[in-house]
Amino acid sequence: MNAENTQRNEKNRLAAHRFFCYLILILITVLCLFSFYILFINATRSHPDIQKGFSAVPGGSFWINLQNIFHDQNLPVLSGIKNSVLVSTGVAALSTYFSAMTAFGIHAYDFRFRKAAFAFIMMVMLVPTQVSALGFVKFMTAVGLRDSFIPLIVPTIASPIVFFFMKQYMESALPLEIVEAARIDGSNEFHTFNFIVVPIMKPAIAVQAIFTFVSAWNNYFLPALLLNSQQKKTLPILIAQMRSADFLKFDMGKVYIMIFIAIVPVIMVYLLLSKYIVRGVALGSVKG
Amino acid sequence: MPAATSVKKPASIHKKNQKKSISYAKWGYLFIAPFFLAYALFSLYPLLSTFYNSLFENYMNGLSQVGPNFIGLENFKTVLTQGDLSKYFKNTVIIWLMGFIPQFALSLLLAAWFTDLRLRLKALGFFKTVIYLPNLIMATAFSMLFFALFSDAGPVNSILLNLGAAEPVRFLSNLWTTRGLIALMNFLMWFGNTAILLMAAIMGVDTSLYEAAEIDGATSTQSFWRITVPLIKPIFIYVFITSMIGGIQLFDVPQILTNGQGNPNRSSMTLVMYLNKHLFSENFGMAGAVSVLLFLITGVLSGIVFLSMREGTLGKGGGKR
Amino acid sequence: MRTLQKVISCGLALLITASVSACGGSKPAQPESQAAPDASAASSEAPAGAGSSEKVLRIYCWNTEFQDRFNAYFKDKLPADVSVDWVITPSDDNAYQNKLDTDLKNQASTADKIDIFLIEADYALKYVNSDYTLDVRGDIGLTDDDLKDQYKYTQEIATDGNGKLKAVTWQATPGLLAYRRSIAKDVLGTDDPVEVQKQVSDWDKFNAVAVKMHDKGYKMLSGYEDSYRTFSNNVSAPWVDETDTIRIDPNIMKWVEQTKEYTEKGYNNKTKLWAPEWNADQGPAGKVFSFFYSTWGINFTLLGNSLDKPLAEGGAKEVGNGIFGDYAVCEGPQNYYWGGTWICAAAGTDNVDIVRDLMKTLTCDPVTMKKITEDTEDYTNNQTAMNEIANSDYQSAFLGGQNHIALFAKAAPNIDMSKISPYDQGLNEAFYKSFDDFYDGSVTEEEALDNFYTASIEKYPNLKRPA
Repeated sequence: MNAENTQRNEKNRLAAHRFFCYLILILITVLCLFSFYILFINATRSHPDIQKGFSAVPGGSFWINLQNIFHDQNLPVLSGIKNSVLVSTGVAALSTYFSAMTAFGIHAYDFRFRKAAFAFIMMVMLVPTQVSALGFVKFMTAVGLRDSFIPLIVPTIASPIVFFFMKQYMESALPLEIVEAARIDGSNEFHTFNFIVVPIMKPAIAVQAIFTFVSAWNNYFLPALLLNSQQKKTLPILIAQMRSADFLKFDMGKVYIMIFIAIVPVIMVYLLLSKYIVRGVALGSVKG
Repeated sequence: MPAATSVKKPASIHKKNQKKSISYAKWGYLFIAPFFLAYALFSLYPLLSTFYNSLFENYMNGLSQVGPNFIGLENFKTVLTQGDLSKYFKNTVIIWLMGFIPQFALSLLLAAWFTDLRLRLKALGFFKTVIYLPNLIMATAFSMLFFALFSDAGPVNSILLNLGAAEPVRFLSNLWTTRGLIALMNFLMWFGNTAILLMAAIMGVDTSLYEAAEIDGATSTQSFWRITVPLIKPIFIYVFITSMIGGIQLFDVPQILTNGQGNPNRSSMTLVMYLNKHLFSENFGMAGAVSVLLFLITGVLSGIVFLSMREGTLGKGGGKR
Repeated sequence: MRTLQKVISCGLALLITASVSACGGSKPAQPESQAAPDASAASSEAPAGAGSSEKVLRIYCWNTEFQDRFNAYFKDKLPADVSVDWVITPSDDNAYQNKLDTDLKNQASTADKIDIFLIEADYALKYVNSDYTLDVRGDIGLTDDDLKDQYKYTQEIATDGNGKLKAVTWQATPGLLAYRRSIAKDVLGTDDPVEVQKQVSDWDKFNAVAVKMHDKGYKMLSGYEDSYRTFSNNVSAPWVDETDTIRIDPNIMKWVEQTKEYTEKGYNNKTKLWAPEWNADQGPAGKVFSFFYSTWGINFTLLGNSLDKPLAEGGAKEVGNGIFGDYAVCEGPQNYYWGGTWICAAAGTDNVDIVRDLMKTLTCDPVTMKKITEDTEDYTNNQTAMNEIANSDYQSAFLGGQNHIALFAKAAPNIDMSKISPYDQGLNEAFYKSFDDFYDGSVTEEEALDNFYTASIEKYPNLKRPA
């Protein structure tokens, strides 16, 4: 451990290493943002312009493309946005509230099947929705709820993954003494949950609300099987519809602007809340 | 944020409270009732009815209904002998691995850099934001975008032509470029997520271990491989298995990219795309049989996850979908 | 860092708000191919109207072609209290039929009854032979006199086993070969349709021209499926035999052989039907000599693709805009037809009078039909009116002054739809999509056939592979 020399060497080595890291990171950033960059550029160009080839600067057809897509009566974008917002908000609200409730039930009370209930939820957490899709669609058709938002929203009351997150959070942030204290104050259990537990759970609820909102916003498999009238379709279905070419007479400007519309709200929310989101991911993740 | 709480802690709290809270047990049932009701109605019942349906011949021939006629395990026989299920399973696994291996390697590298105390990289917030961004993008929009970018006359080919390529690369007509694009999208969508996860795990490692190692003259690389990696092994298993289960469910990206065809030569047709084909043409018997087989495959994998969780290797971990 | 993020996201927010308000404000020049504004209003009003006493005419279709005709030639005749609800589902992968079938089955129990749905020749039999369609004469009330001018084949395919006519169409769809005059002049030395026809009048001659095109740097055809219809319409037996077994006709295998050769020798541009590249090949930058197109394709697709400045951006249909005027048509090597849309009245409709009025106006009225042809260059299903135009000095500006109606009038009586099965749409689509891989070189012919059978049985579980 002697001499300045070693230290300077060490410093140089670190600097070189650091430089290399930044280089790779910048490359990755480019890789991540490149497709969005082209998306943005091409959303501002007209169809013939796009067909002439790649351009690095935006064109002047952004408004025209937007007008085209909003005036295309066969691609009800406005109602698509509305439907997507409605479904996603519903999902975010129900799944977070009821998951917190379920987690609280298991966390705060001791009852005979408590462990069994917990084990059961853990077990079904990894059963993909796709395997029960057939029965689900048939069931919903039978009760007249096909082409309705209810089967997309209400079933999320049972969201094992959101539940698991809430449970983990409660274990570290919700001392049972608080519940006890509320009881002594004469609060009924339901009241305690709504007015004491939920406020404490706010950070977890917020993170999960974002995640569930985004995943509902992006969801394609079930809505595509359930919704079939134009006025009920959500954005992912409209995008899939554009992939079926003969129908739209392919205007690439419209295609790009449609994708733009579908992902920009999410990017906006993300940029505003990225700190919380990244922290939320760090708490663990199950991929869907 | 929750620290790595073990499962034992709440249990001990409960023991302490047991005497007082006995009368509150009904509240526990009440609070978990909505979950179980919703699950039974919207997941369990449909699941069982899917299984039941798999035993019947039941489809539309034009506008007339065929069946339902009970045919036992005939649908399973058809799927397993004529349905090329093993081919779609293989496709799914290959595409998943093509995305997962580079994804895991890069994530580990990034996590190591981001947490390296000596390296002290700046603008980490920015990079974290950027690498997680693709995860939030609608998979359908993302693959539609890739379809547009990589089509025969798309921007990527126009760049390649400008760079002197003789003729456009027909990405979506070639087996490996099609699979490669799907894998690339999966890679882009998930590497940020994995990196942040691994980073959290690494930061959970006791820093005094590193300090001790440094005093003993260990380099960053050495302490990473000798200390960090062994300690966060459980999270590796977790990442691996959750990614595998996500991979089995691969659908949106290849479905949109190949317009449901799984071309070329059905080599990018995944298990769920195959299921979707039968669901879409309302062939309930076959769709049921494919669902059951898919359930068995994921069941085995879920079992492994469940066991590894019970062993307490996954103290951390919340989740999102 | 965070300020930057905020600036970016606020900027995006502004963009979105501004764009939404902008499109509410100024209206662009109304493009012709775009939906008319009143029609879009009608469709968005419909859901609201469903609850009130207002009548709704609900029409199921897969694209906007019929909608354009409806709006231009019938909309004025609608009673004031009737609004139209268009339910448009793309036809890819049987999506349109699946949607239609589901809703037809619920027709009895729903308040939102389907009044009209459209069908294509490829699967017409499925609906014609069902109880979901009404008898055009008995139930709707069109008379033999009304129907006398329609081409016989358009009625034969829409007649069920009991001799009841179940659907009518406003168009006849004989196919022709559309080619670029400038390329014809360059390679063949003439752009005269009669002379060009002599050089492509059978497949051997056609192939010889393909070689010449290739030598001069042009492509004979754009994509793999371009000539598919000329082969599949001239088969000797339907796709499916009495035992529900799929039979591939030798003529279809001839298409495979020809297309493989064209692909390997570079006579085509390796595009796929309806893909952006295929559309682009028909435009100003295209190097492709010819396209097989039937009536609707010329005014609906080819014209739009030929323009440099699209109609949607205020481009004009005139010489000077792209290659408007550079196309001409001739009969080509073999007779064929492509497409054709039939109008069915759905059983259970509560608007029989309107449906009758619509069918009469669009498919029986010589004045309206002649006007449609004159306005849009579409070929309508009225022999008197079409022969009148064929024998007149009518000229199509888009086709460089040619009277293509005369060619259509000659070809239309030869259309033969007797080999059609109810499965044609699904099987044709599965066949050419499966063989794309073969032309791309990623599978062998046997593998392509195998994939075709697999895809077909996924669509129609009752069908069988040949032993």
